[in-house]
Amino acid sequence: MTSGRRLRPSVPWPIAVLGAVGALVFVVPLLGLVSRTPWSRLGSLVTGPVVGDALRLSVITSTAAAIASLVFGVPLAWLLARSEWPGRGLVRAVVTLPMVLPPVVGGAALLFALGRRGLVGEPLEATTGFLLPFSIWGVIVANTFVAMPFLVVSVESALDAMDPGPEEAAATLGASPLTVFRRVTLPQLAPALRAGVLLAWARALGEFGATVTFAGNLQGRTQTLPLAVFVALESDRDTAVAISLVLVAVSLVVLVSTRERWWRR
Amino acid sequence: MAGALAACSGGGEDPEVLVFAAASLTDAFGDLAAAFEATHPGVDVALNLAGSSRLREQLLAGAPADVFAAADLSTMAAVIDAGLAEDSVVFAENRLALAVPVDNPGQVAGLDDLERPELLVGLCAAGVPCGDFAREALSQAGVEASVDTDEPDVRALLTKLAAGELDAGIVYATDVAASDDVVSMPLPPSVDVVAAYPITVLADAPAGDDAVDFVAFVTSAEGQAILAAHGFETP
Repeated sequence: MTSGRRLRPSVPWPIAVLGAVGALVFVVPLLGLVSRTPWSRLGSLVTGPVVGDALRLSVITSTAAAIASLVFGVPLAWLLARSEWPGRGLVRAVVTLPMVLPPVVGGAALLFALGRRGLVGEPLEATTGFLLPFSIWGVIVANTFVAMPFLVVSVESALDAMDPGPEEAAATLGASPLTVFRRVTLPQLAPALRAGVLLAWARALGEFGATVTFAGNLQGRTQTLPLAVFVALESDRDTAVAISLVLVAVSLVVLVSTRERWWRR
Repeated sequence: MAGALAACSGGGEDPEVLVFAAASLTDAFGDLAAAFEATHPGVDVALNLAGSSRLREQLLAGAPADVFAAADLSTMAAVIDAGLAEDSVVFAENRLALAVPVDNPGQVAGLDDLERPELLVGLCAAGVPCGDFAREALSQAGVEASVDTDEPDVRALLTKLAAGELDAGIVYATDVAASDDVVSMPLPPSVDVVAAYPITVLADAPAGDDAVDFVAFVTSAEGQAILAAHGFETP
């Protein structure tokens, strides 16, 4: 990790100025939001049923997406980092594609694949009667689609940077590959896993385009906080601002608390 | 001051008329813009297409537009009340349609079918004109629809209907006319909802006379013929 020695050099002014402008890019929009906040009505606005339903759905679906990303993303990152097979570079590119694609494109792709007229969705509904779009499962799939790449990238780069010594030693001592992965590799990955899960969760919490395109928008079933903000903007700006503040508050609490505890050691 | 501004903008660029138009006008205004440009050499028409209420929010936030064409009167009224325009004129009317995918997977025959819980039914969200009109129509017919999604605008709803992912939805008659993938089912006679489309030149229109000319073109016989070709009715 980084050196434990703490130097306090004087800050060169170009760095201070440019860095401050960089920070303003994020602070100013937040101030804009706060300046439009109807403080006196805030309490009644955020305790309404729409916000409650959306908050509950957002927390459930982002957490489910983070767990799914962990379960499937870690093995995927290991395959990409540690094994040789044809087409690996292409698969790596496809896995990271959702990070650069407009989410609405991802949502349309999900619909064409998993919708009831889709490549996989049609036989799935025909055999099991199970339908992903317009259900909470659709929201979780859309969230996982956009969030998992963050975990995979985080874990894969940690695997690349890892000292192979302990793993080789364990293998030499007779541990099976799966045991090496469980007992030696995974513990070393802990910081990358925490960062990856946190990023995936945060990305899922803010997800809009893929969700509305693939899973639709219905209060209590598929309407997460970002969708509630978007719909409220059509009719009631005060409510939209209030929901946005809830989203900012939840995100900040999670980002600040987890970051301090996990990364600053 | 005005002279200085005119001098500043007096470069070689073509003058541009920036038109904010409701999503349901997408195809018609594409054709109107092309026809206007053909008869007004050197003038470009740029279209910003979105749900009327989103456009209203952009205008209230100070977007520098020249012309605003909304899908309902109340959205226009909000813009006029804010002092952004003086008056508006209704240039087209549109009817609602009960749209189903062309193969009608839910075997929908009428508005009553929207109450069947096993069907996948979509409306536009409340607050968007097509969503408010749809709810008005449902209440006139006494139908309590079992809704599965409130789509952010009429085009998003139409896309899901055309893809066969929804069994039925309420859109505009013009949307059905424009799509090969959906057909409409008759609405009961108790439903009498007509969407009126108002248009206005915004008070601070940077394009000035070109904006006035564009609105005049939309309401002219030629403009009305283009709108009629897309299924709109003359007010």
